[in-house]
Amino acid sequence: MRITGAKMVTESLKEEGVDVVFGYPGGAIMNVYDEIYKQSFFQHILTRHEQAAIHAAEGFAKSTGKVGVAIVTSGPGFTNAVTGLADAYMDSVPMVVISGQVPTTIIGTDGFQEIDAVGISRPCTKHNYLVNDIKDLPRIIKEAFHIAATGRPGPVHIDIPKDITAEVANFEYPKEVDIPTYKPTVNYNKRQLKKAMGAIAKSKKPLLYVGGGAILANCAYEIREFAKMTNIPVVETLMARGVMGDDNELFMGMLGMHGEFAANMAAHDTDCIISLGARFDDRVTGRLDEFAKKAKVIHVDVDPTSIGKLVDTNYPIVGDLKVTVEGMIEAAKDMQFNEYTNWVSLLRDYKEKEPLRYQDSDSVIKPQWAIERVGQILGENAIISTDVGQHQMWTAQFYPFSFPRQWNTSGGLGTMGFGLPGAMGVARGNPDKVSINFTGDGSILMNIQELMTCVEYNLPVINIILNNNYLGMVRQWQTLFYENRLSETDLSAQPDFKKLVEAFGGVGYRVSTKKEFEEALKDAVEKKKPAMIDVIVARDEIVLPMVPNGHALNEMTLLGDSNE
Amino acid sequence: MNNFNHYYDSETTRQVISVIVINEHNVLSRIVGLFSARGYNIDSLTVAPMTGSKYSRMTIVTTGSKRVIDQIVKQLNKLIPVLKVNEHQNVIEKETVLIKIPIEQPLSDIEVIARAYNGHIQNVTHDAIVISATDAPSRIANFTNIMNKYKPLEVVKSGVVAMER
Ligand SMILES: Cc1ncc(C[n+]2csc(CCOP(=O)(O)OP(=O)(O)O)c2C)c(N)n1
Repeated sequence: MRITGAKMVTESLKEEGVDVVFGYPGGAIMNVYDEIYKQSFFQHILTRHEQAAIHAAEGFAKSTGKVGVAIVTSGPGFTNAVTGLADAYMDSVPMVVISGQVPTTIIGTDGFQEIDAVGISRPCTKHNYLVNDIKDLPRIIKEAFHIAATGRPGPVHIDIPKDITAEVANFEYPKEVDIPTYKPTVNYNKRQLKKAMGAIAKSKKPLLYVGGGAILANCAYEIREFAKMTNIPVVETLMARGVMGDDNELFMGMLGMHGEFAANMAAHDTDCIISLGARFDDRVTGRLDEFAKKAKVIHVDVDPTSIGKLVDTNYPIVGDLKVTVEGMIEAAKDMQFNEYTNWVSLLRDYKEKEPLRYQDSDSVIKPQWAIERVGQILGENAIISTDVGQHQMWTAQFYPFSFPRQWNTSGGLGTMGFGLPGAMGVARGNPDKVSINFTGDGSILMNIQELMTCVEYNLPVINIILNNNYLGMVRQWQTLFYENRLSETDLSAQPDFKKLVEAFGGVGYRVSTKKEFEEALKDAVEKKKPAMIDVIVARDEIVLPMVPNGHALNEMTLLGDSNE
Repeated sequence: MNNFNHYYDSETTRQVISVIVINEHNVLSRIVGLFSARGYNIDSLTVAPMTGSKYSRMTIVTTGSKRVIDQIVKQLNKLIPVLKVNEHQNVIEKETVLIKIPIEQPLSDIEVIARAYNGHIQNVTHDAIVISATDAPSRIANFTNIMNKYKPLEVVKSGVVAMER
């Protein structure tokens, strides 16, 4: 079959079983858009900004486990997409991003809308390609999907010059990939696993420290099973929320800077820490030389570079997490473990005595209350996205997560503006769930234009603005560490969010009492339309507990009078 | 017990690494970008295609703590176009230097010294001579140092190439 490069793109996406593409057209990618117009295999969703196209593809990928796809044009189209790429890279989101490029004859001449796209995307993609020859195009697309989804997943970028999308050549989509230099490890080393299991059996206070890799590898239920059969307690990182299910007896909470007391004490006291798809991020460990100081370290990761990067590991295990945890379950069947009953009940005690809490109020809505209330009302019927800031931490703390992929947030890069487009991708991928976006009055304005996309494609995202008139998280640091000098964090100047969403064609609410809040939520869920609930919350609330920068996990600031 | 304190270990070592990569667009910048983005040192880098294959060999000399070297090797291995990374332990290393010296310097002295370093005169013009030497990097460093006193007009060094013994 002889077809154009542009048609090769759409045919390849069809072969990959892609059913939605997020994107934005422009000169250099027009040939591809012309083919998109002609085909009927996948839906194209026109976002209103390229950054949002990438975030939407991320939300789609994170919540469904499929590869997200986005298409943008050259120059400014591509540079707009870069933040999204960096975000996806930091959170290991499987994704393929296609950009148009000026014709090969113009490359290097500073042509109109030319930018060295592969030069820019190199540090923020798992891999990237500039297509120099149309003959390579089908192979490159096949490889891109393979690389994006295997090993440690990540975004792959393909830059295609315009003359290559116009050229005609023979098309045959490869059945298999053959990249001699890329063979991610799947199977763990059996001897190493046996030794690690021996160390667990000998320990008195083992702890499963679970990271986002557990969600990427789809092994939440295997981890639950392993914990159950061995009676080992579990803590989760921000990215792993949902792995254990919050009502699980062995779940001790999220750990880290804004982690739960029990979880942080568990990490401080454990004598054998078993890291499953976590990477000892500095927001998790606090002061590194104090982290899990008494523990032997078992570190399982599909990415060998994660192992030993920050901490010395006694038992490094490189392998697919699901395969490895299945191996651990098998091995555990013929092993004798300690009882760990005292250890588990000690941690449960901590959890009871120092639970996550806040001072509720009847005169003003506390942001934590709003999140908890949504959790009580929607629970597992919702998939939860957030933007970045205090509201994000409160959501991680107070929403009752019960299943993996229920939680969609920008963890590694911490990108304000992620929430709305991210939740849009969630809504597209999960029509049977309610897509909630908890956001801040700062963050929501960073991709507010996507309300238009939500309305056009009827993606019923419910945005809940926890409106504190501040860049709250930055203000929190100013209050605690800069003697309350609130430099440029006051957001008293605000649009009328209710009118704003109505202007886009969605439904708006502005609420300041608990009753109004509950009614608005109920109404928005029933209407199944893009919505925005502007919730006026207590202005000065602070996220607690908190481990101040450079402190050890057991040196937490708990709920004190600062939260009054 | 864990020894996270290694994280703060700062004793640096010199390491010769060879990297076999597929010849493709971008691959050199990918390798160099990895070093610059993560703040690793490159003391020297040489690249050339391997005859009769679609691969190139890069020889990189770097310095860093054990943890850094370890990360460099892992990170290089992680790059998609990288086929193989060798951390050389027992290698023959060679480096080449070209030195241009004004003709009024004592040429016979220079020639004797050059010969001591496996070097010789490459070219003579009416105002300068060019000598070259190929030897182990430390010897080339010594040679270059000595030659400094003959007021060289130009000194050009290659990177290191290495081969396991
Ligand atoms: C694109 C971007 N710019 C700046 C920051 C730094 N930053 C982190 S949190 C925050 C404040 C967020 O304010 P808001 O969205 O109102 O949420 P709140 O903390 O009040 O809940 C800022 C500015 C960021 N994370 N991302």
